Amino acid sequence: MNPNRPVEDLLRELAPQVVGVLTRRFGDFTTAEDAVQEALLAAATQWPQEGLPDNPRGWLIQVGYRRMIEHVRGEQARRNREDLAARREPYDQMSAPPADLELTADRDDTLVLLFMCCHPALSPTSAISLTLRAVGGLSTAEIARAFLVPEATMAQRISRAKQRIKSSGVPFSMPDAADRARRLDAVLHVLYLIFNEGHTSSAGPDLRRVELSGEAIRLARALHALLPTDSEVAGLLALMLLTEARSPARTGPGGELISLADQDRGRWDGAAIAEGVALVIAALPRGPVGPYQIQAAIAALHDEAPSAEKTDWPQIRALYQVLERHSANPVVSLNLAVATAMVYGPTAGLEALAALDADPRMAGHHRLYAARAHLYEMAGNLPAAIDNYRAAAGRTTSRPEQHYLTLRAARLTNPLKTNTP
Amino acid sequence: MKYMLLMQFSAQNTDFPSIDTWTPEEIKAHIGFMHDTNGKLMAAGEWVDGQGLSGPEQAKIVRAGGGGAAVITEGPFAETKEFLAGYWIVDTDTPERAIELATQISAAPGPGGRPLNMPIEVRPVMSGPPQDV
Repeated sequence: MNPNRPVEDLLRELAPQVVGVLTRRFGDFTTAEDAVQEALLAAATQWPQEGLPDNPRGWLIQVGYRRMIEHVRGEQARRNREDLAARREPYDQMSAPPADLELTADRDDTLVLLFMCCHPALSPTSAISLTLRAVGGLSTAEIARAFLVPEATMAQRISRAKQRIKSSGVPFSMPDAADRARRLDAVLHVLYLIFNEGHTSSAGPDLRRVELSGEAIRLARALHALLPTDSEVAGLLALMLLTEARSPARTGPGGELISLADQDRGRWDGAAIAEGVALVIAALPRGPVGPYQIQAAIAALHDEAPSAEKTDWPQIRALYQVLERHSANPVVSLNLAVATAMVYGPTAGLEALAALDADPRMAGHHRLYAARAHLYEMAGNLPAAIDNYRAAAGRTTSRPEQHYLTLRAARLTNPLKTNTP
Repeated sequence: MKYMLLMQFSAQNTDFPSIDTWTPEEIKAHIGFMHDTNGKLMAAGEWVDGQGLSGPEQAKIVRAGGGGAAVITEGPFAETKEFLAGYWIVDTDTPERAIELATQISAAPGPGGRPLNMPIEVRPVMSGPPQDV
């Protein structure tokens, strides 16, 4: 459809590599990132007209390099650079990069950038924006459109994030082993958040290009290629694939949500399911088992069930118990209660939900009301189900979800009217 | 997460004289405060939109009637006690930050530079992605 697609894809792949090269040469991530944005803009306008250069990566590095020199010539920039160089010197002299880093220098730059963009000093929103631009190669306008904010707002958010990284004084290098494990958690979390953000069902034609869940999967794939033996990276990629596989069946023709039990399983993406399942099966025995692998295993059980009735709920319940022990969090407890209801009946599930009322993070949350409504409906207590559906609808900030809950309550209120035209 | 901050003018909850009785300096200080606030929100990457609204005397109420003809009335009417004076849409990391911004806006200066303490309604914008139910 779009003749410029190959150029755009190529630019997105090359962007983090070029930022990496320039940052290493100048020791200044902020300016390098700006320079590469300008180079990408030049490429996006010139290449489709004049054809691809023989060495696109070299072309971008050269243009970025020239922009970089222009930036650095400014008095202020020179002072900053000298200041930064002085601060960086001991690090460079004390440790040479490991031998295996040298061999795959281009690809490791992507990983280093990813770790930098998921800096612990940044808020999740800032880390997401910066990651999408520096590692994902999306333009500021595209990211702004995806998050429905003005471009100027997104530009400010990105530039502030870069300043914060700069003032933190953390050098452009791979964090050490201990720090790296901690930062990897943040990297996985940011990719997970990008993926969730992309779950919006109202993605219009303009948003297709920056379909965020697709972008998150692309980045998770890149991370998995760089760290193939990390089980949690594999688990996260599997979780994304297994969740995304269901997306064609998640909404009806009017954009309305369809619950998992009512989805047409024939519309699920079989190839994505097979890939996700294979990843989980390979990752689980390798250990250590973390929350993303467990969630992926649960998603795999849902995806492999031939029908909602034939879902292996005892196994899912057992996995939620493991997940709860691993990382106690009220949403996990809520899912465990629902799985309990599917195994032992709605009364057992409602009892398990009652314990969550005491949790201030969950009391009054729309998901608690929604789960309770479903279980009351299962138990045949329609007035209680209707009350809880309505309470949930009034508390969610997702419009499709609000419509789903309101519709559910209306169906129980007027059961005879449901099918009249 | 996006929030809409609605600046409610409420005759009941305000204890300052009408803006047309303020001195030019007071009005300038008030406008300057709003200008500054918007600038800070933009610099922080939190600004999505913000507008001041004309007074109720310029408002019309439109309601589609039977047969497709609209019924248009002047008003809110003279006895209106509350109306929307302006709004902001901000995109913040936490709900607490939205409350903090509303608090700052509420304290916009009025006569004698004293804070107006206007009521600001804070409501989440429906935009969150749907969760699997």
